[in-house]
Amino acid sequence: MMQSLIKLRDVRTVFGTKVVHDGLNLTVNKGEIYGLVGPSGCGKTTVLREMVMLQDISGGSIEVLGHNLVNISKRDAQKLRSEWGVLFQAGALFSSLNIKENISLPLKEYTDLSEKMIDEIVKFKIAIVGLKSSDALLYPSQISGGMKKKSALARALAMDPKLLFLDEPTSGLDPISAREFDALILKLRDLLDLSIVMVSHDLQSIYATLDRVAIIDEKKIIYEGDLKDIKNSTNKFIQTFFRRDFEQ
Amino acid sequence: MTNYKKKIDKLNLFGVKEVELTLDDVVYFDTAAAIFINSLREDFFQKNIKTNILTANKDIAETLNLVEKTKQKSQPLPKEIEKTYLEHIGIIFYNYYIGFLAFTLFLGEVFSAFFSYFTSIKNIRFKEIFFEMNESAIKALGIIALTSFLIGLVIAYQSAYQLKIYGANIFIVDMLGISIFRELAPLMTAIVIAGRSGSAFTAQIGAMKITEELDAMKTMGFEPFIFLVLPRIIALMITMPILIFVADIMGIFGGIIVSYVDLGISVSLFIERLNEVVALKHFVIGLIKGPFFAFLIASIGIYRGLMVKNDTQSIGFNTTKSVVESIFAVIVCDALFSIIFTNLGI
Repeated sequence: MMQSLIKLRDVRTVFGTKVVHDGLNLTVNKGEIYGLVGPSGCGKTTVLREMVMLQDISGGSIEVLGHNLVNISKRDAQKLRSEWGVLFQAGALFSSLNIKENISLPLKEYTDLSEKMIDEIVKFKIAIVGLKSSDALLYPSQISGGMKKKSALARALAMDPKLLFLDEPTSGLDPISAREFDALILKLRDLLDLSIVMVSHDLQSIYATLDRVAIIDEKKIIYEGDLKDIKNSTNKFIQTFFRRDFEQ
Repeated sequence: MTNYKKKIDKLNLFGVKEVELTLDDVVYFDTAAAIFINSLREDFFQKNIKTNILTANKDIAETLNLVEKTKQKSQPLPKEIEKTYLEHIGIIFYNYYIGFLAFTLFLGEVFSAFFSYFTSIKNIRFKEIFFEMNESAIKALGIIALTSFLIGLVIAYQSAYQLKIYGANIFIVDMLGISIFRELAPLMTAIVIAGRSGSAFTAQIGAMKITEELDAMKTMGFEPFIFLVLPRIIALMITMPILIFVADIMGIFGGIIVSYVDLGISVSLFIERLNEVVALKHFVIGLIKGPFFAFLIASIGIYRGLMVKNDTQSIGFNTTKSVVESIFAVIVCDALFSIIFTNLGI
């Protein structure tokens, strides 16, 4: 039986008087690349933020790696944070640190590895995401968008997480870099045995990478499962979003 | 188009049953024109007038068709609800109330972070604290020295003129000593720091919030309160008394110069008199105010930084607010100190 890493049950999110989610259920299994798709404003990124404890929920429960996030203790929360990596939409590299320092920061804070060992790890992470070692001393303001994403990915991978969250990993990249990024994500999943949750708008990236997809519309999950079966759905959003692509 | 509309309005349409619009001479026809004709037709329709549109141009017919079809589908735009004055005032005060609650929450978090901070030495970020001390205080030494020197100079110069009339030259020492040590040096330092470092805190943290750096820190398990908030507050609380001390010296130095040039009081006489008449308590009170002012400036600056929303305007708005509010808070705090110390007889 497949092991589930993330379970959302009846999640409800309210901003002021606006109900964003009501009765949202989804399950992410081990080893899969799971996508959150939906029209803009449906709260995909909000779901992602709820999973990584940046946003409180108004009702229901979220379980990540066996911890219930609603009543998690400070210590467990801290432990959980070292077991996942998050890639933000714009990278969110620390602007006062260079690439090398950005990647090595969690290693310096959470481990007692030697300076030399940390350098080796940083070198490996830089290579695995496809950056050049010679870029290591550049600051975030000096590098391109694609490089920022790669560096942020390297930082997210620094602690060898089991679980990786990606918020629109290919947005803002040119098509070639975007396809490279897709290939990179697939490669990393196989190499490092990752489970990945990502929010995406990019159809090509969705078809190239995702194993399973959840489609959020009208405050709920309207579809969860394989991409192959999705064209049979009668929902309006799914039809316009996915069918058009089949016709072309 | 408005000209056409006016002309059409002027026409006497009484008894007219049918109107023909001939669009054959039209050179250029866009959707705006189509919308105009469409609404014209509706107008006539309401007056029971039939409209026929005559055009041989296929594009025009298509545009008209498109406009008509879309109009059938589209819903009217929602009207903006106008608020009354009372509602506006209510919203403003409610926002103040919410802001006050949020600031209280922030202070609570700062205090709880303080306690968990000092549970182990490992938690204390010495590197960050020293960096902030240098950045927000040591680098401000020059401007603080200069402003307090000038303040001392000006105060002495103004009062020298008055004192000369009474021949009470020597009392300038009493006056300067007490006013600078007790009030002017701490206040001037606080105001300069609020304008210089408090605003910097807001802008730095606000920018970090916009670029999601704060969120990234949280997901990596770096508590922003421990990494960003407390080092800044602690650094400022440590350095503020030092800055006030420098301001004291420079203010008195300005006073000495004026006394010598204007009133003929020699430097040694000035210092002797200062020792005699100005009690140590005035100097100590000035220094004690430092950490309190520092806490207010740093916490308001950082709180405003955390309040920045996801747009660039809010950085400017919050930076302004941060400076205004921290200067105000410092002055209120100073007034409270005055009352407390006077009542205690100090």
